[in-house]
Amino acid sequence: MGGALKATIIKEFWALLRDPKGRITLVLPPMIQLVIFSFAVTLDVNNVDVAVLDRSGGSASIELIQQIEASPSFDEVKLLHSMEEVRRAVETQDVIAALVIEQDFDRDIVRGQPASVGVILDGRKSNAAQIVGGYLTRIAASTGAVVSGSPLASREASAPINWFNPNLEYIWFNMPSLLVIIVSVAGLSVTAQSVAREREMGTFDQLMVSPLTVPQILIGKMIPPFCVGLFNGTVYLIVAPLVFGVPFTGSLALFYLGLSAYLLSLIGVGLFVSSLSMTQQQAFLGSFVATVPVILLSGFSSPVENMPGWLQFITYGNPARYFLELSLGQFLKDMPAADVFGLLWPLLLIATITISAAGWLFRARME
Amino acid sequence: MTGDAHHRDAVARVSGLSKNFDGAEKPALSDVSLEILTGRVTGLVGPDGAGKTTLIRILAGLMKADGGEVEVLGGKPGRDLADIGYMPQRFGLYEDLSVEQNLQLYAEMRALPREDHDETFARLLKFTDLDRFRERLAGNLSGGMKQKLGLACALVKTPRLLLLDEPGVGVDPISRRELWAMVQDLLGDGSETGQMGVLWSTAYLDEAEKCDTVYLLSEGELLFEGDPARLTGSVDDRVVRLTGFEPRRRQVLTRMLDRSDVLDGTIQGRSVRLLLQDKDALKGESGFDVTPATPRFEDGFIERLGGGPKGTSALAERYRRIEPGSGPAIEAQGLTKRFGDFTAAHDVSFSVPYGSIFGLLGPNGAGKSTTFKMLCGLLTPTDGSGAVAGHDLRTSGGEARAALGYMAQKFSLYGELSVQQNLNFFAGAYGLKGSDARAAVERVTDIFELGDRLRTDAGTLPLGFKQRLALAAAVLHEPPVLFLDEPTSGVDPVTRREFWMHINGLVEKGVAVLVTTHFMEEAEYCDEITLIYRSEQIAGGTPDELKAEAAQMADLDDPTMEDTFIAMIEASDASRQESEAA
Amino acid sequence: MSAAIDKRRLFAMIAKETRQILRDPATGLIAFFLPILLLFLFGYALNLDSTHTSIGIALEDESAAAQSLAGAYQNSRYFDVHMARTVQPLRDMMISDEIRGIVVIPQDFGKGYARGNPPRVQIITDGTMPNTANFTRSYAEGVLQTWLANEAADRGTSLEPPISLSLRFWYNPSLQSRMFLVPGAIAIVMTMIGTLLTSLIIAREWERGTMEAMMATPMHMAEFLASKIVPYFLLALVSMVLCTLLAVFVFGVPLRGSIWGLLAISAAYLMPALGQGLFISAATKNQFVASQVALLTGFLPTFLLSGFLFEISSMPTWIQAITYMVPARYFVPSLQSVFLAGDIWALIIPNIGILLLFGAGFFALCIRVTKRSLD
Repeated sequence: MGGALKATIIKEFWALLRDPKGRITLVLPPMIQLVIFSFAVTLDVNNVDVAVLDRSGGSASIELIQQIEASPSFDEVKLLHSMEEVRRAVETQDVIAALVIEQDFDRDIVRGQPASVGVILDGRKSNAAQIVGGYLTRIAASTGAVVSGSPLASREASAPINWFNPNLEYIWFNMPSLLVIIVSVAGLSVTAQSVAREREMGTFDQLMVSPLTVPQILIGKMIPPFCVGLFNGTVYLIVAPLVFGVPFTGSLALFYLGLSAYLLSLIGVGLFVSSLSMTQQQAFLGSFVATVPVILLSGFSSPVENMPGWLQFITYGNPARYFLELSLGQFLKDMPAADVFGLLWPLLLIATITISAAGWLFRARME
Repeated sequence: MTGDAHHRDAVARVSGLSKNFDGAEKPALSDVSLEILTGRVTGLVGPDGAGKTTLIRILAGLMKADGGEVEVLGGKPGRDLADIGYMPQRFGLYEDLSVEQNLQLYAEMRALPREDHDETFARLLKFTDLDRFRERLAGNLSGGMKQKLGLACALVKTPRLLLLDEPGVGVDPISRRELWAMVQDLLGDGSETGQMGVLWSTAYLDEAEKCDTVYLLSEGELLFEGDPARLTGSVDDRVVRLTGFEPRRRQVLTRMLDRSDVLDGTIQGRSVRLLLQDKDALKGESGFDVTPATPRFEDGFIERLGGGPKGTSALAERYRRIEPGSGPAIEAQGLTKRFGDFTAAHDVSFSVPYGSIFGLLGPNGAGKSTTFKMLCGLLTPTDGSGAVAGHDLRTSGGEARAALGYMAQKFSLYGELSVQQNLNFFAGAYGLKGSDARAAVERVTDIFELGDRLRTDAGTLPLGFKQRLALAAAVLHEPPVLFLDEPTSGVDPVTRREFWMHINGLVEKGVAVLVTTHFMEEAEYCDEITLIYRSEQIAGGTPDELKAEAAQMADLDDPTMEDTFIAMIEASDASRQESEAA
Repeated sequence: MSAAIDKRRLFAMIAKETRQILRDPATGLIAFFLPILLLFLFGYALNLDSTHTSIGIALEDESAAAQSLAGAYQNSRYFDVHMARTVQPLRDMMISDEIRGIVVIPQDFGKGYARGNPPRVQIITDGTMPNTANFTRSYAEGVLQTWLANEAADRGTSLEPPISLSLRFWYNPSLQSRMFLVPGAIAIVMTMIGTLLTSLIIAREWERGTMEAMMATPMHMAEFLASKIVPYFLLALVSMVLCTLLAVFVFGVPLRGSIWGLLAISAAYLMPALGQGLFISAATKNQFVASQVALLTGFLPTFLLSGFLFEISSMPTWIQAITYMVPARYFVPSLQSVFLAGDIWALIIPNIGILLLFGAGFFALCIRVTKRSLD
């Protein structure tokens, strides 16, 4: 029956590539996501505006303001004249932070007393606000060293280093993670459509009365999304170093091994959704409902260890969690084989479960 | 004007109408003129793709004509929409609303006075016999009931022009006949509704015969207009019936069709029905008896199209000879299917020998599809067993499926794949490899003249070619058994004859065929028929036997297959009511 | 076709649409199940505040000072500490994602400390996740500073810098990212209902052939559009109220503004959201294509380009330019403000104005593409 399997696989490929609607899902989302994601997704904070209410007006306060203006993290420093203006500027999100320099600021500096500056930060964006707070604290410390004329009162007690991504380039994190997301989105939506499309087009019965067996039909349906996934992964593997300068430090063989295991587990989920759906519409909604948690619980949007314990437990069932770690590890950390295998077996276990479940559901829904 | 039978107003008038679609080879309509008069049923007849729907949509103001004059209710189309009743092909019902909610919606849309609602709904629901189903969702109605509800929605405020776009598609003969009677009722009572004009479009030529005036469309052009009897009259004495011959009827038909003086021929039970070039063509020949037969509208239509296809099937000639096994080709023994409490098919048994055609007939939802699906392995029987080519479906389903070719009601090949890709896939799926597969694909490409269209997407083929492709895919592996599920719905009579020419040829080679159909004319091709109604087999036998039984039962003289069908269903209803009463 | 809008027809159409909404399983899924799922995921899964991080301490020095510093890390509630003698085993742990950072207390730390000049403590972070790396570094530095200050205080000296900042976070003093993520999730839910769900509904009428039947009645196209807008508008508001209740009572997000402010900005956002959905639906006439387009032009921009999660000012200029075309950009900050800050009309009113303009634009497009014709 080798010929029959081959014919099914070829048919599935054509069905995917010749259907204009299928091509839309295949080409457009990954392209748009590549462009928008790679540039828009950053938790870095740059070019923000801050406000200053300078009631002191001495040389030290001017020095502080100039240092902030000189910092590349800040775009504009708005000079305000009353607390009312400060309140309004923060409230309307004109600025993310406002420094309030009190009258006795310069006097304290001159007297050699510790001087304090109040900073109001917009807690509606608590993440960005904390980072801005960090920037301002560092600027204040260096300004303090300059104006007090002394070497740093408390000189740097620590020397920070970042391994695997020395400059903490967000894109280095983004591209390997994005690879996981694109592979997930495309893999799930392509697989989810496959059975549902046959049902809707009325070709399902035609398929079922042919001598093809259920495993042959399912393998035929698995191969094209698998190849699409490999293709998407490969595109990112090429684009990330060449266009975005993200290093790939690991082993290609291990990477592809992980990608394959991940794809199998995803395709199982996709086939399950597809077998459940009677129309392409339902398949779309089903794959959407499945995609959102797969991505949000992968550790991409926020690290798994930040989640509450019960949710961390759930993430053990999410294949994307393992593959995200594997992808980042292979790109940036030169993750050794032993660690990779530690991530592979859960992926293969999930794949076995989801594919068996899909096969069972496919048979059960034949009538 | 009421009661004045001679003076009729035109509610719509069209002259010199043309319409083109971007990218189409031919205009959808070219130079079409037509008139719809009050109090009459105007038939718009032609196969799928003839331009019927386009014309109706122009009249309903949904499309603009490219040229020609269109006048509807004395003005531009689309102006007096409140006075037009329109029933589109899929009936325009909201499937997730109940029967009553659909009626209410259309009543409000057409501004039927609120105080008239209850009375109108009661009248329409009684008229369509849907009163019992007021609360049922439209999506859960059978095809026939949807059609009636669609009509009720179009009639909710009595229109002056009623446009019905193929109301009979996919609907069984009983429902079609009931709908026809309803429309006749509306026109017949001479009251307010008697001033309505009806345009009835159909692909069923037997419906055309009943219309007062007929416009016959083919590929966008008018082939005939006027009283259908005129077209029928043109072939009046050239339609004959052959009986009393020795050889198998299919061989006789093939031989006859190969003659140049025979324009068309079909099988009718044990006899063969022919349309002759000249009424004396068969004079003096022996081996059969010739009796005159009633001419049909279809005979005239076929003649206008230049006659039917010739008799010998290239497919059959190149098909392997099927060696009959020891048992029957298809066997059903006590097949029963239950879905929860509902029994869809109960204790269905029959067997089909090699070299014969077996027909499964019955109204929509009666259980024939369920039976059909059980036999080709799409449904698992709750009880009983089935076998195809000697393979039990329960124990060796794979072998059974490998032995059958399947062609479904709706075009069910991969529309977005090319013709070539479809054929390659089915060759592979049926286990043909390498050179065998190539040879099989080349063979059917040649036979069905698909060569020029190999690269075309199957979904964009004209209907006739789709139908050929579907048959080609079903016979690639030369199966000994063919399953045909309403194989010719919507196709034109010439293509349908071509199809049956191939099937007849294959049967002569020993192939067994199981067919379901709503075309009673096709039932005539069967060697044996079983009639399924309310999940039970209510009758069985050869077409002639069934007709004879019906003739006796309902006291009919020379009933058609459709009369037979209806008589038997009515008899079954009557006996059921009796036993319920008792 | 009558030129005027007929109230009766309009009500009949709205009643029909409402019945369909109530029967359609997709409605329940998108308007009720998905919002709850999203809210829970954003409320629990998307936590940007590293509250508990695993780090390693490479204690290369055995002096009392080094032990004391290591103890400070072990006692910190931010850290789970793995002790080691050298960096090497910790590096392996970092590669396998068991720890996010390493604090190296160098060999002669104790000796140098005794002399008043301790060598620098090295803080190594796992740069693969830059945001986590930043937090880990800040917290690790914080523990070190506190330890130094405490030690100095013990010896009676002060280490206070010449200029210190006292940071006050308005609106969200406890700095929980949930506070801004949950209102952001509500914006996504509104987009799902307004754009994704409605993008399907006109397309569905085309696919099922009911559009044709409706167009053959005297229905006015404006009635048709209005009948689609009104029920989905109400549905979205119901879903918004449900989300708000969840946000306030389950996730503890305060609602400092008024319910009127919330309704005003939500209603204004629904105009472009519904308009966009209807436009997609009318232009594609196909449910599958419509859903894909809605996902790409509705859901993704709301997620990525609204400033809900990612700071717009940090994006490249050309992407910043695109964000001005995303209605959610005007909705998300207003929504976050109504929840966390109050009815800041100076922020809300201009945004409402812009949203209504977008809405008007989309409706104008809708009317252009929804022609009463099958051509």
